[in-house]
Amino acid sequence: MFDNLPPDIWTPVRLTIELATITTLAVLVVATPLAWWLARSNAWYKETISTIVALPMVLPPTVLGFYLLVMLGPSGPGGAIANLWGARTLAFTFTGLVIASIFASMPFVVQPIRNAFVAVGERPMEVAATLRVSPWRAFWTVALPLASPGLLTGAVLGFAHTVGEFGVILMIGGNIPGKTRVMSTAIFDYVETMQWREANILAGGMVAFAFVVILSMTMLEKHFAGTRA
Amino acid sequence: MTAAHTIHAEFRGTIGNFVLDAGFTAPAKGVTAIFGPSGCGKTTVLRCLAGLRRLPDGLCDIDGDIWQTPDGTFLPTHKRPLGYVFQEASLFPHLSVRKNLLFGAPGGPAGPEAIDFDEVTDLLGVTPLLDRSPKNLSGGERQRVAIGRALLSQPKLLLMDEPLSALDRGTKAEILPFLERLRDRLSLPVVYITHDITEVERLANQIVLMDKGRVIASGPLSELQADPSLPLAKASDAAVSFDAVVEAYDAQYGLLTLAIRGGGLFVPAEPEPIGAHHRIRILAADVSLANEASGPSSILNVLPARIVSGQPVDANEVLVVVALGADGGGARLLSRITRKSWDVLGLHEGLNVFARVKAVKLR
Repeated sequence: MFDNLPPDIWTPVRLTIELATITTLAVLVVATPLAWWLARSNAWYKETISTIVALPMVLPPTVLGFYLLVMLGPSGPGGAIANLWGARTLAFTFTGLVIASIFASMPFVVQPIRNAFVAVGERPMEVAATLRVSPWRAFWTVALPLASPGLLTGAVLGFAHTVGEFGVILMIGGNIPGKTRVMSTAIFDYVETMQWREANILAGGMVAFAFVVILSMTMLEKHFAGTRA
Repeated sequence: MTAAHTIHAEFRGTIGNFVLDAGFTAPAKGVTAIFGPSGCGKTTVLRCLAGLRRLPDGLCDIDGDIWQTPDGTFLPTHKRPLGYVFQEASLFPHLSVRKNLLFGAPGGPAGPEAIDFDEVTDLLGVTPLLDRSPKNLSGGERQRVAIGRALLSQPKLLLMDEPLSALDRGTKAEILPFLERLRDRLSLPVVYITHDITEVERLANQIVLMDKGRVIASGPLSELQADPSLPLAKASDAAVSFDAVVEAYDAQYGLLTLAIRGGGLFVPAEPEPIGAHHRIRILAADVSLANEASGPSSILNVLPARIVSGQPVDANEVLVVVALGADGGGARLLSRITRKSWDVLGLHEGLNVFARVKAVKLR
């Protein structure tokens, strides 16, 4: 079944894993403090920010992709940044894909982490303060460990969503082999060029991946529900 | 600003439609109980003391350390050398008992006055639990670990917010002796919140009475208990508590002789070393009054006393305050008698009588 495959069929797989890994790590760095703020702030504009972050969940990927294309393109801020190293644009680059994926997967990561911080509540932080632990140290030693199931859920969802993203990637990635062609767009290409076998291999891999993700999430949630009761 | 060795706190503010205007001064030693019905603002006062809640119009002076002033000084909680025991143990579920206990413990060499890890775990009976997870502890065990955790942060002041109220009666009875040992062994001032008078009677040295956001009285426990103008004395289970000293033990009859100011009491009990301190409680309903020491009786404790005041509590009964000793210079007891007895015996303020104490409660 795997004989005589085009040699470049594994490149999109590698690119997809790279993209999802880098995106997940970057999203966690941004989403964790954001979720903490959303969980604890009383600011009147809190839900407005929350809604803006959640928008990509509802918008058609083409709409999101369109705005990201404008933003990352030569006349947007992305272009200005690209100028720093002599490039014209961030669109149609791997960096551009990462930036776009960060926006697209943000709501899937922020929401579970925010819920986890809300569930942890004020009390453990108060206890830490009465034990002379600074808020910064309490965040790392109390809030984060207690919210770890939410962080894990967020990371898995962010990773899976990035792997499965198609519309946004197509809009701003341009499907360039070896640079921006990831699994979801590669499947599209194989189908267009009637390479059913290759499409089948990649698509089957995606199904297996999705199955493993959902099953392991369920198991993890069960595990945490058992230990944190 | 205030004398040394005192705790001085004042907090004023409006929370929703609740108005808090509470201030008190208490010695910075022993147990100060803040006592009052649910919703009177006790917990808010404690949270303000800890800095967990900030009312701008607040003053907090702990033995000369200024934690808050109305002009803007406000030390955040994590910079205040306090320990806080919450109503629920609130242990960190992701850490073992040992790590919970050591969470707030300062690193580096411990000073000579430091509260010792082994001493605390021993005192609280948590030594066998050290490597367990808080998830597998009973409610009473959890609360003991929480108390140990607060103590091991080496506080200068321990704040306890109804630490027993979430526990069932049996578990309460299991923890109270630990708290008594803490009070007797560690020289750490404690502010203890409760709405349960039996906890006050067993633990407190001073009491702050609160109602509807205000402090209605504060002072030494037995003084406030014997003040007929306060609700404590008017309660049907009114009592006065004393720290008595063991003077002798009669092995033949199994009787302790306990000294209180202005008198001595015989109490059937287990032997105890001479000089030991013992918290006792005498109910108003267990004290009767007589004009003379009179003839033989099964009541052992008949003490000369002088009537300080007598006030009817209802149509039938009179609450009498007597001071022990023929000169009325000793400790004050409450006696609840019928209005008829008051009239028949011709009792009045300043009269010398004999207080017959039917029962003395140890603990």
